[in-house]
Amino acid sequence: MYVEMKQINKTFDGFHASRDVSFGVEKGHLAALLGPSGSGKTTILRMIAGLDKPDSGDILIDGKRVNDVPGSKRGIGFVFQNYALFRYMTVADNIAFGLEVQKKSKAEIKSRVEELLELVSMEELGKRYPHQLSGGQKQRVAFARALAPNPQLLLLDEPFAAIDAKVRRELRTWLKEMIGQVKVTSIFVTHDQEEAVEVADTVIVTNQGRIEQVGTPEEVCRQPKTEFVREFIDSERFEAMAAVRGKQIRQ
Amino acid sequence: MEKEKQKTYEQDVIGDGVQSLQKVIAPHKEEGGRGVKYALIGISAAFLFVMLVLPLAVVISNAFRDGWMVFREAVMDEYTVKALQLTLLAAISAVTVNTIFGIFASYLLSKYYFRGRQVLASLIDIPFSISPVIAGLVFILTFGNVGWMGEFLKSHDIKIVFAVPGVVLATIFVTFPFVFRELFPVMNAQGKDEEEAAALMGAGGFRIFRRITLPHIKWALLYGIVLCSARAMGEFGAVSVISGHLRGKTNTLPLHVEILYNEFNTTAAFAVSSILVVLAVVILIIRSLIQQKGKER
Repeated sequence: MYVEMKQINKTFDGFHASRDVSFGVEKGHLAALLGPSGSGKTTILRMIAGLDKPDSGDILIDGKRVNDVPGSKRGIGFVFQNYALFRYMTVADNIAFGLEVQKKSKAEIKSRVEELLELVSMEELGKRYPHQLSGGQKQRVAFARALAPNPQLLLLDEPFAAIDAKVRRELRTWLKEMIGQVKVTSIFVTHDQEEAVEVADTVIVTNQGRIEQVGTPEEVCRQPKTEFVREFIDSERFEAMAAVRGKQIRQ
Repeated sequence: MEKEKQKTYEQDVIGDGVQSLQKVIAPHKEEGGRGVKYALIGISAAFLFVMLVLPLAVVISNAFRDGWMVFREAVMDEYTVKALQLTLLAAISAVTVNTIFGIFASYLLSKYYFRGRQVLASLIDIPFSISPVIAGLVFILTFGNVGWMGEFLKSHDIKIVFAVPGVVLATIFVTFPFVFRELFPVMNAQGKDEEEAAALMGAGGFRIFRRITLPHIKWALLYGIVLCSARAMGEFGAVSVISGHLRGKTNTLPLHVEILYNEFNTTAAFAVSSILVVLAVVILIIRSLIQQKGKER
């Protein structure tokens, strides 16, 4: 297991955001934290990132307990829900920021920024400012920026929430391909079961601060372990999707 | 979401309701609103003339009533220069202290959530709601001879009341919330995602402030500083109570004007006032330049 959560508990002002949360994500896997809003999925992501501290329990990354390691030293990249691009910096400067902090040489930064702009096919837009970009472009920049310092783990908070439905599907496929291409272990948060089932290798279903089930999309859909999972996951829709995908593969 | 933030940012920085009002009114101008428009302009202009332009004109004309030489004498007078120096000292101290404090306070209150946050934000506004005279009295009761800390200060030979430190303290107190009030809404609207993103990349506090926070609050900060200095230079009530009116020692320009006026030295009083008027006009110009720049962003 690359990332492991053991018996994590977290409360905010009496609100129980995480209750005995335990799960693991294997190296190279793309995992989805799926649950209704308020189910504690973003809290889990923020604790892995070191943005919030658990009250009890252990967080392990690559076998090491990181509870007391600051987020910046955990080797993670984070994509925020609204991307949190630095609005007074150009796209290129946004991507370069993490490398500058690491005091990389100018030449090194330049070539890495170019490489990433090419990866997200935005070679022409390096000099633009975030407010001049579309939602999809912003997401690609946020993705490139998170990847710039070569993180071992990529965390994405509702990566598609701020994008309109039409482009969302396209971006989903794009993101899955990208993550496969750079081979980085990734965890993303979503409330959309279709998104989770379609993109992830592992689905972690959360509800009221608890983990309801961890499994492949197929397991979660076909063998729901709890009443909540059975109700939350629309298995008919999954079957329909699986049928469509099967057809596509056959063609 | 992004656009909304930008909007509140503009409204907060520029604080310019008139413009949005114009946008609302503009489409209706064809529908016979012209008469109303000119009537409103007339009323506003007349009001501004009587309340603002006329008094200022009187100040300037009275300052030169007895000719250039008398004006020069009053302005170059040793006590006037001393008063001007003290006014500038108090203003610069107040602006420095309140800027540093304002940045810290708004950073704390906009980026961190903790119990008592609201209470703290309201406490900062106290100087807005307390009469400056009472603020001055509070300092006398705290630091004066019979005051709460009187014995201690006396035994350490520190003089605050009826001395320069008192004047500076009173000015700081009265102008306390200005920078904070300008910065806080802007920082609050920005959220803390960008700072968190930078921190996750390993950026330290100072780098985050310089590269991410400061560019965002730059114009609001300048605007707050300008408002703060304007208020600091004009402060009368609190300073009047705590200064003791010692000529050449604890007299600021506004206090000096009052003394001259009470001595029936009207021309000199107006001449000294004209210095304050000039300072105010300079600040007004800087202010509108900043607003212009802020709007361009």
